[in-house]
Amino acid sequence: MNADIIRLENITKTYIVGETEVRALRGVSNIIPTGDFVAIMGASGSGKSTLMNIIGCLDKPTSGRYFLDGEDISTLSRDALAGIRNRKIGFVFQSFNLLPRTTALENVELPLIYANVSHKERLARARASLAAVGLKGREAHKTNQLSGGEQQRVAIARALLNKPRLILADEPTGNLDSKTSDEIMNVFERLNHEDGISIVMVTHEPDIGARAKRRLHMKDGLVVRED
Amino acid sequence: MNVFRILRVSLRALARNKMRTFLTCLGIIIGVAAVIAMVSIGAGARAAVESQFASMGTNLMFVTGNWRMMGGARTQTGQFNRLTAEDAKAIGQLPSVEAVSPSVSTRAQLIYGNNNWNTMVQGTGESYPLVRKWDIEDGAFFDESMVRGAAKVCVIGADIKKNLFEEDEDAVGKTIRISRVPFLILGVFKSKGESGGFGSRDDFVCVPYTTALNRLSRSEYLQSIDVSAVSQAKTKEAQDEITELLRIRHRIPDGGTDDFVVRNMSEVAEGAAEATGILTILLGSIASISLLVGGIGIMNIMLVSVTERIREIGIRMSIGARPRDILLQFLAEAIVLSLAGGLLGIILGIGVSKVLKYIPVFASITTMVSWSSVLLAFAFSGSVGIFFGFYPARKASKLDPIEALRYE
Repeated sequence: MNADIIRLENITKTYIVGETEVRALRGVSNIIPTGDFVAIMGASGSGKSTLMNIIGCLDKPTSGRYFLDGEDISTLSRDALAGIRNRKIGFVFQSFNLLPRTTALENVELPLIYANVSHKERLARARASLAAVGLKGREAHKTNQLSGGEQQRVAIARALLNKPRLILADEPTGNLDSKTSDEIMNVFERLNHEDGISIVMVTHEPDIGARAKRRLHMKDGLVVRED
Repeated sequence: MNVFRILRVSLRALARNKMRTFLTCLGIIIGVAAVIAMVSIGAGARAAVESQFASMGTNLMFVTGNWRMMGGARTQTGQFNRLTAEDAKAIGQLPSVEAVSPSVSTRAQLIYGNNNWNTMVQGTGESYPLVRKWDIEDGAFFDESMVRGAAKVCVIGADIKKNLFEEDEDAVGKTIRISRVPFLILGVFKSKGESGGFGSRDDFVCVPYTTALNRLSRSEYLQSIDVSAVSQAKTKEAQDEITELLRIRHRIPDGGTDDFVVRNMSEVAEGAAEATGILTILLGSIASISLLVGGIGIMNIMLVSVTERIREIGIRMSIGARPRDILLQFLAEAIVLSLAGGLLGIILGIGVSKVLKYIPVFASITTMVSWSSVLLAFAFSGSVGIFFGFYPARKASKLDPIEALRYE
């Protein structure tokens, strides 16, 4: 186990939109130690989503180096990145991103399908994971029969399934009311606290950001402030 | 991911949209069913032709004029068709020949009482029943003296009896008019039945060929001579003997082209089989087009499905699906669709082939489901799935996970 879950060295990302270059990240360097709970905050267009995509191995930086759990990610192939996402990262999205017309259990077991785990073990682990987020007995419910909070819990159960080192949450409470948001944040805090899972969360809501251990404030493609 | 896991994922995705899955399959179902039903009609026709020839006897041969000799400068040395009764007699003397029957045929109007019937009048020799392996049901065939005397006698086919006479009426001994000439009925042939789409074989009447030449066709030449060899093994020998004999009788110089053709039954059967083979290919290829259209339907739906499920693809990629996993999933969906369609199509196609003969319009069509066509249609539908499924699947696997996740 590495001491730093994430090490970013002068990460830049430039998009070419038509004729113009858009410099979404202009050199972000940061270290997030294992077991940290960090909120990335900033207005839209500040580059926080781009940074999130790079940390989540969904995108590659234009320049700079990114080490996840001690491994240099910047040079890996698409297939290798898919493997990293599968084994080390759990995603939680604003819009839940569950498969429609599919049961909670089937949604949760999805990552294990790509990890070559047997059917029996997949079901057992998916059940356990659902129970861990308080959804025991809801396994056979289809996603459209669940409330927003329940759907986000299913998404968290899915993210937890492969025992990831890191959970990436992109505006996890953006579509939820404040009471449900609070419950979801409790789940995150418990995971961070009890299970030692590192969490990086993007949010623009100050009260949600306040529940993280640390906050990185971004503006114009740079981290401008930490507290 | 192993095969079962891919299949499980694909089946789940298909089960989520059952109606669309069924409609997509339908194209393949109809295509495969059409191929199988059409090929079974072709194969049925072929089998019917073959059995018909087999029932005529395998040691049967035909001597006909060589039609390719018609026209051109050669007509001055010999008329295009100069087989004579003397030729037939001489062939009958050959050691490997069992019997001969000269043959002239024409169509004529039959009248009995108030009933009219237009049919084939076959002028034959007295050995016709022996040469053609055709028994007399009732009465007798005409004998040699009647042929020599050009007697106005006839033997009628089972259909003629049915059409001109009352059911319990005895036809033997009655007189019918053939082209206004009265003929005495000596006997009735045993029925041989339908011949698989080529009409009834029982719809004809036999008269002595001498009578046919004098009274009906008014020609001195025979159209053909039916010959039966003493055994099937001797047919080749008989063919050679007949050729040699006729070349001498027709005074054909060495190196000259025969003005006649001797064909044995298997050669004639081959020709007919070739014709039905072409029919099978024709029907099969028309049906294949519908299978192709079904395949395009699959591609169409898969493309729609990829666009509709971009978000799902993004989710799968974000949790660790490699591009290859996505490719295989969508490809497997297309293959499952087309193979399921193929399977149902086979059942439907066989069903149609079996039921066809109970529908009055198609009653005369015999069908025969060939297992090779079933196998071929199934393999073809599988390849259609791979071929038309690949492009959409590739498109899905090339998606950028970030774009896909953001897609609304």
